[in-house]
Amino acid sequence: MILQGIDLQLPAGRWTSIVGPNGAGKCTLLKVLAGLLPRAAVQGEVQLLGRPLAQIPARERARQLAWLGQNEGSADDLTSYDVAMLGRLPHQPWLAPPSAADHAAVEQALRTTQAWDWRHRPLSQLSGGERQRVLLARALAVQAQVLLMDEPLANLDPPHQTDWLHTMRALVDAGGTVVSVLHEVSLALQADDMVVMAQGRVLHQGACDAPATHAALESVFDHRIHVRHLDGMWMALPSLQRKNNNQGIKGVES
Amino acid sequence: MTSVPMDLPTGSATRRAAWRAAWLLLASAVLTVCGASVGSTGFDSVLRMHGDPVAWQIVWDIRLPRTLGAWLAGALLGLSGAVAQGLFRNPLADPYLLGSASGAALGGAVAMAMFGVSPVAAQWMARIGITGMAFLGAAGAVVLTLILARGVQHTLRLLLAGVIVGVVLGALRDLVELASPDILQAMQAFVLGSTAFVGWMACGLMAVAWGLCSVVAWMLARALDGLTLGEATAASLGLPLLPMRAGLVAAMALATGAAVAQTGLIAFVGLAAPHLVRSIVRVTHERHIVLSSLMGAVLLMAADILARWLLAPQELPVGVLTAALGGTYLLWLMHRRTAQCGAL
Repeated sequence: MILQGIDLQLPAGRWTSIVGPNGAGKCTLLKVLAGLLPRAAVQGEVQLLGRPLAQIPARERARQLAWLGQNEGSADDLTSYDVAMLGRLPHQPWLAPPSAADHAAVEQALRTTQAWDWRHRPLSQLSGGERQRVLLARALAVQAQVLLMDEPLANLDPPHQTDWLHTMRALVDAGGTVVSVLHEVSLALQADDMVVMAQGRVLHQGACDAPATHAALESVFDHRIHVRHLDGMWMALPSLQRKNNNQGIKGVES
Repeated sequence: MTSVPMDLPTGSATRRAAWRAAWLLLASAVLTVCGASVGSTGFDSVLRMHGDPVAWQIVWDIRLPRTLGAWLAGALLGLSGAVAQGLFRNPLADPYLLGSASGAALGGAVAMAMFGVSPVAAQWMARIGITGMAFLGAAGAVVLTLILARGVQHTLRLLLAGVIVGVVLGALRDLVELASPDILQAMQAFVLGSTAFVGWMACGLMAVAWGLCSVVAWMLARALDGLTLGEATAASLGLPLLPMRAGLVAAMALATGAAVAQTGLIAFVGLAAPHLVRSIVRVTHERHIVLSSLMGAVLLMAADILARWLLAPQELPVGVLTAALGGTYLLWLMHRRTAQCGAL
């Protein structure tokens, strides 16, 4: 059993980040929340905006809940625009071509992630970071109330990580709900709430600026990180012990 | 219906795909004329066909059906290859690697042994019987491959399972041949691949199968687009993957079964056609399937004309020619990719 005794309530209209060491069950929890695991593999119930997730028809669920997975396949032959348009599938009647609203949503999503300029290029011709921005645009194009993301910052450089933070904040300010699994703890601390996991269990859930959350974070990572307040933001810093003895690598002093 | 603004990539892709399709159809028309002209009596038969019953018979009853039969078999194999590569998210997947061609050949052999029919049979029921058994064999082989591979998630396991199923069903086909020596000659033509036995009835059957498979594959093409992003993302988009996969596997099996039943085992067309399309235009599966089908048709038609012309008045089995040309193409593709990786 990967997850045990999970009892979580993730508030609507807020951004929750899920953190924990490798193998904590973060990605599995996110898949359970998205209803992507076989029903036989899940005991218990997930509710989405007050309704049992299993009872919501697949297409309706897809319109309410967008998913951005880790290492999403290799749509190398499709252009960035085609990939982003896949996010509109839940909105399109069967066999109907994309509507004007679909094209508008895709353009907005690609512009939001600054991927509009290479809309004509196939995914195979993009760098890792560029691909990730197109895949994020695909998830944004769904225009769902809830956005679930598994490691959305993979391959993004620091400026685009910052852009991603602003995009998430704008989504939440507009009434959306964001749940993201993140390895970068400092970036995860920019969310509203945090779920701290280890060994398939939820150890703590609380606001990102709460001292109890910081204590849980430091504890789950064996106190090898420290949460500090810097420039108005909470940051997780590695707790490096400087060795001022002769065991370190000797440098040449000039 | 909403029109697509032409400055959007979707609009330009539609234009490009339409142009490629037009070129392939034009090539098909030119090759049809060539196919009707190639033979021991050459173009003379075409010129004299309205006044000479023998020339009419040569062109109308022999050359045209086999030329159009090659087009239809190629179209079926191209479509099947495009569906297989999209469905299994693997550019190496083709109907033969997943065992469906071996299954179709076994089904054809069983039909011949049980009902005493041959590929040259003139009766509709015999033709339908061979096609039906080949379809069942192809579908059964794909299902067996999927069961052995425990789904399509693990590419290596899938390809290995396909190879195993192909070998085992090939051995069973050999046993059927041993038990019924009177089908040996027919099976030899079957295994080498040939359009020599294709008549108007076979063309009719393949045309119906092509129409059915094209409609099903085109309607389910969105599942293939969704699957390019992975299983979880495709499911998150609300796509009913299970029935869609079943429909696509059925279309792939019917296309392979229909082609193999009428022309035997013709290698590499199903693998090469989608690759060639990808190298000239990158579009969604809705258009990729149609273009791959047309490309397969043109490839096999051209190969068939070449097979009839190279050693005229003798002719090569077209399956031998496509295997030689297709193998060379794959080697070139591997060399090019190795060179590109080396350059990187």
